[in-house]
Amino acid sequence: MSDDNIAIKVEGVGKTFRLPHEKNNSIKSAVINFYKRKRTFEKQVALQDISFEVKKGEFFGIVGRNGSGKSTLLKLLAGIYHPGKGTININGTLTPFIELGVGFSPELTGRENVFLNGALLGFNRSEMEAMYDDIVAFAEIERFMDQKLKNYSSGMQVRLAFSIAIRAKGDILLLDEVLAVGDAAFQQKCYNYFEELKKRKQTVVFVSHDMGAVRRFCTQALLIEDGEIKKSGTPDDVAGQYTLDNIATTEKQTFAEKEKNQKLDTKLVKSLSIKMRSPVSLGLQDQLVFDIKYKLNKPFDVVLGYTISKQGVSVAEMNSKKLKLDNKVNTEHVLTHKTGVEAFNAGAYVIDIAIFDRKGMEIVGYSLNCAQFVIGENDKTKGGIIRVEGEWDQ
Amino acid sequence: MRRFVTKQNRALVSELVRTDFKLRYQGSVLGYAWSLLRPLLLFVILYVVFVKVLKSGGGIPHFPVYLLLGIVIWNFFYEMTVLSLGSIVARGDLIRKISIPRWSIVLSTSISALINLFLNLIVVLVFIFINHVDLLRTSLWLPLILLEVYVLALGVSLFLSAAFVKFRDLSYIWEVVLQAGFYLTPILYSLSIVPPKYQKFILINPLAQSIQDARYAVVTHSPLAITTSRIFHHGWYMYIPFGLVVAALVIGLIYFRRESKYFAENI
Repeated sequence: MSDDNIAIKVEGVGKTFRLPHEKNNSIKSAVINFYKRKRTFEKQVALQDISFEVKKGEFFGIVGRNGSGKSTLLKLLAGIYHPGKGTININGTLTPFIELGVGFSPELTGRENVFLNGALLGFNRSEMEAMYDDIVAFAEIERFMDQKLKNYSSGMQVRLAFSIAIRAKGDILLLDEVLAVGDAAFQQKCYNYFEELKKRKQTVVFVSHDMGAVRRFCTQALLIEDGEIKKSGTPDDVAGQYTLDNIATTEKQTFAEKEKNQKLDTKLVKSLSIKMRSPVSLGLQDQLVFDIKYKLNKPFDVVLGYTISKQGVSVAEMNSKKLKLDNKVNTEHVLTHKTGVEAFNAGAYVIDIAIFDRKGMEIVGYSLNCAQFVIGENDKTKGGIIRVEGEWDQ
Repeated sequence: MRRFVTKQNRALVSELVRTDFKLRYQGSVLGYAWSLLRPLLLFVILYVVFVKVLKSGGGIPHFPVYLLLGIVIWNFFYEMTVLSLGSIVARGDLIRKISIPRWSIVLSTSISALINLFLNLIVVLVFIFINHVDLLRTSLWLPLILLEVYVLALGVSLFLSAAFVKFRDLSYIWEVVLQAGFYLTPILYSLSIVPPKYQKFILINPLAQSIQDARYAVVTHSPLAITTSRIFHHGWYMYIPFGLVVAALVIGLIYFRRESKYFAENI
């Protein structure tokens, strides 16, 4: 590879699975199908035309809904699947853990499983001997090491698997949804481990559903939808887009469904549009920033206004009555608006904009559903239209 | 070649072999002792049936050892191919989740079979002493003969394990093929009872050739022993079995290499 800074380079990768309708794994059916020249499988395109680069030292997040192809991508990176199209270049050694405790055998003792699992991660016996005490201490199961694994609780198994897994060395680590299991204390351990990885500039590819973790650890991220890259960039942008997509589907209020609706009195107004300047996803401390642009055909006393609504209910409205706006004909005027969002609850919001003639506040043009944003706040104790700062008193 | 014998791969194969071995006698009272006890008891039964009851193998000196050596070699081939056939599918959980070299699974199965072969040979050695067989210098050929059987079994195993991922009927077919092979190979009977014109066909089979050579080298030392080289009068045909062994290995390797890319999705 020419560039030494690049850890993983993926170019034009596609993967198609052949899914047999009736699994064709007997010679009889293979022979019959061969003579019938009938192909009883359907092609499922899991990934198409995926290209991206992971630089050394990056904590690279891959997010996407179930079935979007992100696990397939991870398996391609890990070398478990073979890409049908395109190339994957890996610069350095790569250690995948797609799942904790791969190869654990219930009939072996905890101790024996440690050595087996270690070998799968690329450690030989003497290296494992050296790490053994640390592994057991970290998993907090010293007393049980000579018992068979089948007598362990699932929590103990996960702890053991995790404390082996974090010994894994390699230039690149692949992590898949490891966080999804375990209690709060265990999750905290995982987070600490991730912090440590990030601190020591370990190159990591991380697949997750947890946008909180993606925001917290990743330095770059990629959103996959239906086997294609939908967005790549900063974790905030990508996580925001993901949350937006998710809320849109769950609330059955898809922004795409609700058509963009614009109506202008063309005698007076030539164009009216909005441009978001803040990211799609905002936290409570962030600012919502957008530009409203307009062009006139005839001068009049312009007033602009907007409505922010959630689930079809208007939650905030504001106009520019206090200002005297430019009304030169045929030039594009821009008015920037800024507001805090600390009064909003988590959810997806849409913005409508309108242009008025001050004389009688008559609407001369509007554009509905022309921008969206998401408040990606995770406080599950609050909801509804307005945000209350209530307190419980017991 | 260097990437095959890395430290990681050696550790992996040895750990897989260990696991195989530990799991095999899991839960039994006598544990590892069974790996010697089992062949010993089986041999005693064969000895009683063929030597004491049926009294077969009339003219052959040290017939019990002659018989056992053939059975041990055949069992090695049988065990290794049958275990390898299902090995890739059985380790599907690993293959779908981790990118270990696929061949390491077949290799570890083959090493398990080799370990069993050596344990069986120890038992044969016991019978050699009991029967007062003279161990001549020709016995030194045995490791080479066993190597030939191993290479043949490895080629067949690679092919079968890869093909079984796609065609699950193969386990039944292979069982039938082995049953036929067992009687086409001079294991329980002596080749001298076969008409000479068929002896040639039988001895083209690399397994028949190795078993006869091993018996000649270790047990009979008789210039009249029917071996492949003697039956073909040292002509070039005598190399056909070796050619077949090499062909099996090459075909097995090529097929396995091609198919192994798709194991994870086909299992």
